[in-house]
Amino acid sequence: MWRDALLVAGKDLRVEARSRVTTNQVAPYALVVLLLFGFAFNQDRYVLTHVGPGLFWIAVLLCALLAVQRSFSLESADGARDGLRLSGLDGGGIFLGKAMAIAAQLAVLEVILALGVVVLFGTRMADPLLLVVTCALATAGLAAAGTVYGVMAAGLRVRETLLPLLLLPVLAPVLLGATQAWLAAIGLATGSGWRWLTLLAAFAAIYLTLGVLAFGTLLEEA
Amino acid sequence: MDPVIRLRSAVALVGRFPVLAGVDLDVSPAEIVLLQGANGAGKTSILRACAGLLRVVAGEAYVLGVDLTIDARAVRRRVGLLGHATALYDDLTVVDNVTFAVRASGADRAGVAPALAHLGLTGRLPQTRVAALSAGQRRRVALATLVARDPELWLLDEPHAGLDAEHRDLLDELILAAVGRGRTVVLASHERHRAHALAGRIVTVAGGATAPAVPATPGDTASAGSPVVADPEATSVA
Repeated sequence: MWRDALLVAGKDLRVEARSRVTTNQVAPYALVVLLLFGFAFNQDRYVLTHVGPGLFWIAVLLCALLAVQRSFSLESADGARDGLRLSGLDGGGIFLGKAMAIAAQLAVLEVILALGVVVLFGTRMADPLLLVVTCALATAGLAAAGTVYGVMAAGLRVRETLLPLLLLPVLAPVLLGATQAWLAAIGLATGSGWRWLTLLAAFAAIYLTLGVLAFGTLLEEA
Repeated sequence: MDPVIRLRSAVALVGRFPVLAGVDLDVSPAEIVLLQGANGAGKTSILRACAGLLRVVAGEAYVLGVDLTIDARAVRRRVGLLGHATALYDDLTVVDNVTFAVRASGADRAGVAPALAHLGLTGRLPQTRVAALSAGQRRRVALATLVARDPELWLLDEPHAGLDAEHRDLLDELILAAVGRGRTVVLASHERHRAHALAGRIVTVAGGATAPAVPATPGDTASAGSPVVADPEATSVA
């Protein structure tokens, strides 16, 4: 399964490296979203600092949607999905590979967005370790859930519009947990931010397990 | 010798529509069988069912000894399907595409370079993105993937489409060479002249079902190097 996962992840990342959709389109889009949030809050530093973590994770969620849609649109072109099925790759391996590739893209975007939050909103990173662990767990959850719902929507004609409708409500726990953990990490929340990591870890574990077990069947039905 | 393909009253659905409505087909090892019929007759569906991509919901369906009604996925790594779509990734290069398909199917990647060379994909072409290729070149890349994988059963859906005369000849040579190595080939083609010359046996498909088999003419078969089916009943479809 892990061999298959690395093979699929390598293929998806090579496609991204060659097409540069993430760096040339999604990353600028994410920064524009942050900038617009800044305008919307009238450049009020106090407000921006306090809502910055939420805005950051909303921007990450929107980028995750694009990354998931892109990941599955690759497979819908020119019978590529049939090629993937015919290869006999393990369903769990394909799931992990696609989730790993999406997670890698999100990690890059999160670094860019974090720099944007620091520069545009004046946020100070008080607990970098908590921030990094939060990003790791939230990214794993986003990528896993996104991959599960991505394949569910892949075979539908209305997948572009249906995927956000299905996925965004499901990702609410990630938005909540990651935002609260970040608020604690930048010193704006009372209580420990680490307890929110339990929610993020549970979310990621549930969707990783679900994906490994069900992805093969979902791919067949897509 | 066990048949490579054995279908009996095989039924397959797409949605609620029966794309296969009682197919009977036997294909022996190292045989070339041509499926012929009008558009929409069910030729592609038979090929997809044999590849394990279309679920057989009723009847018997064995390919390479695997019961497709139980686990269609089990046969996939042992068959190669060249369909209307090429299953290539536009943003990957030719060599990346073929290497990925070969590695994914568990075949030896050492076969990639010879396959590309055999299909004339040399010079700059291996490092060219597939999106920049012509339709015929894309078809040759898909063929190179099949050649590099060299599966036990070749399922070819309109394999000559999009190829120029030189590469149509090359394809015919590849098919005959594969059969010479003990591979089995089932093809669907509207290229009557070429396909009849290749095939050892012709199966007519209509309305999602098969009609009785027709042995290829001795002259055609001899030219293709394939065995003549002396007794249609022995390998016929009913």
